[in-house]
Amino acid sequence: MTETSLTCIICPMGCPITVRLEGDSVIKITGNTCKRGAAYAESEVCRPVRTLTTTMRCEDGQMLSVKTRQPIPRQHLADCMRLINAHTVPLPVSVGDVLLKDVFGSDIVATENKSALAAAGALPMGLIH
Amino acid sequence: MTDLVIIGGGPAGMGAAVAAYESGIRDILILERDEHLGGILQQCIHNGFGLHRFGEELTGPEYAWKYEQQIKEYQIPVKYKTMVLSLSPEKEITASNAEEGIFTIRAKAVVLAMGCRERPRGALNIPGTRPVGIYSAGTAQKLVNRKGYLPGKEVVILGSGDIGLIMARRMTLEGAHVRAVCELLPYSGGLARNIAQCLDDFGIPLKLSHTVVQIHGKERLTGVTIAKTDEKRRPIPGTGEYVPCDTLLLSVGLIPENELTLQAGIPTDPVTGGAVVNQDRQTEIPGIFSCGNVLHVHDLVDFVSLEAEIAGKSAAAYIRGQLVRECSIPVFTDDKIRYAVPQKITRLEDTTLYFRVGSRYRNVKFRVMGTGNGEHSRNVYEELYSVKKYRAAPGEMETIKIKKELLSGISELKLILEETPT
Repeated sequence: MTETSLTCIICPMGCPITVRLEGDSVIKITGNTCKRGAAYAESEVCRPVRTLTTTMRCEDGQMLSVKTRQPIPRQHLADCMRLINAHTVPLPVSVGDVLLKDVFGSDIVATENKSALAAAGALPMGLIH
Repeated sequence: MTDLVIIGGGPAGMGAAVAAYESGIRDILILERDEHLGGILQQCIHNGFGLHRFGEELTGPEYAWKYEQQIKEYQIPVKYKTMVLSLSPEKEITASNAEEGIFTIRAKAVVLAMGCRERPRGALNIPGTRPVGIYSAGTAQKLVNRKGYLPGKEVVILGSGDIGLIMARRMTLEGAHVRAVCELLPYSGGLARNIAQCLDDFGIPLKLSHTVVQIHGKERLTGVTIAKTDEKRRPIPGTGEYVPCDTLLLSVGLIPENELTLQAGIPTDPVTGGAVVNQDRQTEIPGIFSCGNVLHVHDLVDFVSLEAEIAGKSAAAYIRGQLVRECSIPVFTDDKIRYAVPQKITRLEDTTLYFRVGSRYRNVKFRVMGTGNGEHSRNVYEELYSVKKYRAAPGEMETIKIKKELLSGISELKLILEETPT
């Protein structure tokens, strides 16, 4: 039997949770103050996932804020970043538009609206990407 | 004459505008110095916003968009790229923009929603050179998230508040190497979940009781010297350690932006840095209200929206001549509680106090004490109400709701923190 301590990231309370494991199966979860905390703890010890929020370069050089619609496996965060940074977004874009489909189990969606700048090429290309 | 002028189009200004409109006010104008609404939310692309307010986890731009849609739907006018230069006690606002030059607006009511700014390097007195590569965390956030520039590759972050933690993750995701997050205090002011998902996830060390004591580099930053600090927050001689880096991010506190408030002669609270207000978020000048980070720095935008709603509704009531004043009960705190907002209660109704403790505590009791006339004897504080909490920390704003019945006959309130034995 093993015990794992973790901090819940579901809400700003950040409950300290202890998970007791027997082999690969969860025996007991303590320290959480809500059901979502228990679900998080179980997922965290078996298959940790995170919502990735980042930016994507638009075709005219502007930056667009984006996120994975669902949390993706934590181990793939860096791979997901590489994939997102390898693409540019055609404009205009609205909140919730799907920009990339099924990336590590989630769509990448826009989290803001953006239309093309009036003067094309007004922004220089940055150092990222 | 405009009914209501709102200075600032961030979450506080938008929230106040929407609430005033929904209270029946139609002649509203928002003055915004940037070219879009949303304020700092636009560069806070991470999620975690809106759990209280909307019951879902949103990113900053998504949270802003919810309010922006309402502003658009209600057709509330906004003057963008407009800087307010002065505010008089008679509610005359002087502002300027490229189209109209300098102009003045007279308002029946004003909501101050200017937000806050970051404490800069100059406020810290870190010795050393003045090379390129030292940024406030928020500036770096804007460069990365809005402009698409990575400010550096080898990074040290001073300050472990939420902005510092969020930027540690963000810089790492974009390919920079964050060598350490240093924190002057023996504990982080950030949320526990941000330490887990922003530092632990990426193996970034959090160096508690450490600060930057020397900046190195002539043109570009080449490194910093960090040292351990004692219980009085002073660097301990002989503990210095050189850390090579090309970038130093400072996340060392936020300061409410109250130049206009002071200019108008509005009394401010020396602890919050914001105006002294009553439960309506009305300042000592009738018809001028204040809400959001310009009033006191919040941890969660959800609470900014809540406060903005109070200010917007109250401004609407003021414009209609319906803002009633029944009493004047000042709210004091003991030395374990840094401040409480509102600082004054002027109407007998259920009132929520928002406050911050000065240190970390376990098993505390917040006691609302009152002194007064009638059944309450003068100069003697009696407990009106108390709440127990398992833990309290400076980084987490506390609230306590006081029932209307408890306020009658009270002339002063005092909020105190009592440590209870475990």
